[in-house]
Amino acid sequence: MGRELYRAIVDGILYGGVYALMAVGLTLIFGVLDIINIAQGILVVLAAYLSYVLSVHLHLELFLGLLITIPVMFLVGVAIQVLFMRRLRGRERTSMSLLASYAVMIIIEGILYLAFGPDYVQLNASYVTSSVHVLGFYLPYIYLYGFGLAVALVAALYLMLYRTTFGRSLRATMQDQTAARLVGIDINRVAALAFGIGVAVTAVGGMVFGATNAFNPNSGYDLISRLLAIIILGGMGSIGGALAAALFMSVTEAIVDIWSPTWSVVVFYAALVVVLTFRPQGLFGHREARAQ
Amino acid sequence: MRFHRTRFLPITAAGAAAVTILAACSSGSSSSSSSSQSNKKPITIGVSVSLTGDFSADGQAFQRGYNLWASDVNKGGGILGRQVKFIYLDDKSDPTQGSTNVQQLISSDHVDMLFGPFSSLITGPTATVAARYGFAMIEGAGGAPAVFNTPSNKARHNVFDVSYPIVDQYDPLTAWIKSLPAGQRPATAAYPIVDNPFTIPPEQRAQGQLEAAGVKTVYSKVLPEELPNATSDANQVAASGAQAVLLGSVDVPTVAAFMKAFQQQHYNPKILAATAGPDQGAAFLKAVGKANATGVMTANGWYGGYDNPQSKKMVQEYIAKYGGSPSDINSDVAEGYSVGQVAAQAIHATGGTNQAKIIQYLHSGVTLSSVQGPVQFNSLGMNTKPVIFVFQWQNGNYAQVLPANAAGSGNIQFPKPNWAG
Repeated sequence: MGRELYRAIVDGILYGGVYALMAVGLTLIFGVLDIINIAQGILVVLAAYLSYVLSVHLHLELFLGLLITIPVMFLVGVAIQVLFMRRLRGRERTSMSLLASYAVMIIIEGILYLAFGPDYVQLNASYVTSSVHVLGFYLPYIYLYGFGLAVALVAALYLMLYRTTFGRSLRATMQDQTAARLVGIDINRVAALAFGIGVAVTAVGGMVFGATNAFNPNSGYDLISRLLAIIILGGMGSIGGALAAALFMSVTEAIVDIWSPTWSVVVFYAALVVVLTFRPQGLFGHREARAQ
Repeated sequence: MRFHRTRFLPITAAGAAAVTILAACSSGSSSSSSSSQSNKKPITIGVSVSLTGDFSADGQAFQRGYNLWASDVNKGGGILGRQVKFIYLDDKSDPTQGSTNVQQLISSDHVDMLFGPFSSLITGPTATVAARYGFAMIEGAGGAPAVFNTPSNKARHNVFDVSYPIVDQYDPLTAWIKSLPAGQRPATAAYPIVDNPFTIPPEQRAQGQLEAAGVKTVYSKVLPEELPNATSDANQVAASGAQAVLLGSVDVPTVAAFMKAFQQQHYNPKILAATAGPDQGAAFLKAVGKANATGVMTANGWYGGYDNPQSKKMVQEYIAKYGGSPSDINSDVAEGYSVGQVAAQAIHATGGTNQAKIIQYLHSGVTLSSVQGPVQFNSLGMNTKPVIFVFQWQNGNYAQVLPANAAGSGNIQFPKPNWAG
């Protein structure tokens, strides 16, 4: 049993990195713009398909392909913000963003169905199916890389937010848009860039997701509920919180899965309810994160 | 757990309305079609099918089977001189939506016939709605006991499954395992089962049969249907070291996730079989790769190389229309086509689409023909003359390997070759 438990914890940590990669963009967008981007799941799938096209048709190595997919996804993000989100104003903008991003989701899903059909595909590379033997466990390279990328990405976003002028503009916008506008910050520009960055980091999550799962245009639906749960638990807007919550979710599920796979998902959501009862702002809540 | 079950219907041109009408093609192609025939009201067939959602790949393959059959029928002048026309409603892979669709097809669209959806999960509830209106539910992908044993079917006897009862799915495989010399027979087996009426009955039956033959069970768990991450469960199977893995799956991604995790864990069972996924032809190969598929088995009632004249004709037509090779064809296509064939024979025999007469006829003990072989129904609508084969992917070919003495069965690759990487 002890070995199974260790295995579950290791597995959970590694899978958590993949979820963190997919969730950080979602929490960044909410943190800056108060927009709940329901389209995040399909954006992950879109990024996976971009990697797929580059890999299969241009024979571009998956990580090298990120040099293309990240800028492309950035532009997709900017386009979504300008075309769908910018017009949302007032107190209802957060709830309206649900509808707007839902529209974005079904548009992208429809395009993907037309382009790729319903068949499942996977990203392939030598490190996708190979692993390294450490302390009696085989650790798949793709999950190790995914975890490393998640930590690096969170660190990079943290540095951007707290060590750059643009980051200060972002945080000012997060705290008070009116005040930020009064001190000369171009809110529209900051919003477009923030949305673009949030979607751009999804390119990394999409690539790792596509390498660890077979996917089709419908796969985004299974992701979005889990990604939303992660950022709520971590504290909406908290980038480090997204990583912590993703790890918590995956480790919890993997441990419970030893005894009962059926209960593994339920236990995470039950834990989410308990945490929110005592900390409505999540583990690394909204106010704390913004006050740093 | 999912956020929302609503799905966008993106493929068909009429997707936004969720209604696709197959204006059954080319009535003029038959020179024998008289003007009186062309003036006859078409036979309208309603289908709730998964065009989007988790079962979209299977649902769209089923739709191809239905459309291919309709095209053939209409080219031949229709049934009783009436053209065939389909009304498809997307159930989004959701049983509740499937029931709503069937209600609409009957009470609003006034269809003449109903054909079944994909999967036992959706067929059961939709057949119950059909029973309420006295409609026969002729279907090809609802073979679970839960579909036949509903109170409505026991009362109205309206379900007719043209495929094999899935509870027997693994019988040829377990019989073969039991026939192996003791030194070659797997000593241990694992049964990871996705929670679905399609998977649990055959898995439990196979487990019982193999345990009785002395094959020790080292892993047997029912996994949630909306499996968030199959890798964790696959790793547990790998850690068990089972020599045979009989996976209860309903789709390609689950099988692909297990195969990938097995590779990562340097684990290669002697036998790897799955209830569904490997039967999806090119769609399966696309997801797992041709080389890694080699050795993977599944059981089914049909394959592209099936030695049956009707099947061969259908395969030719399919390839002419969609391209590919016989191995690429999803078995759902044949199941859908068979539904149409059985329905056509019933309409011919009863002289129309009166549902009571059709139900009575199909329960009369008559043996009907289909691309999947003979069909005869018992009182609950199970096919009592099913042909069940075990297939194995061998270097990109979907080869019939069991029953060993059946015509067309080739050599089985045992033990399963190692992963190609």
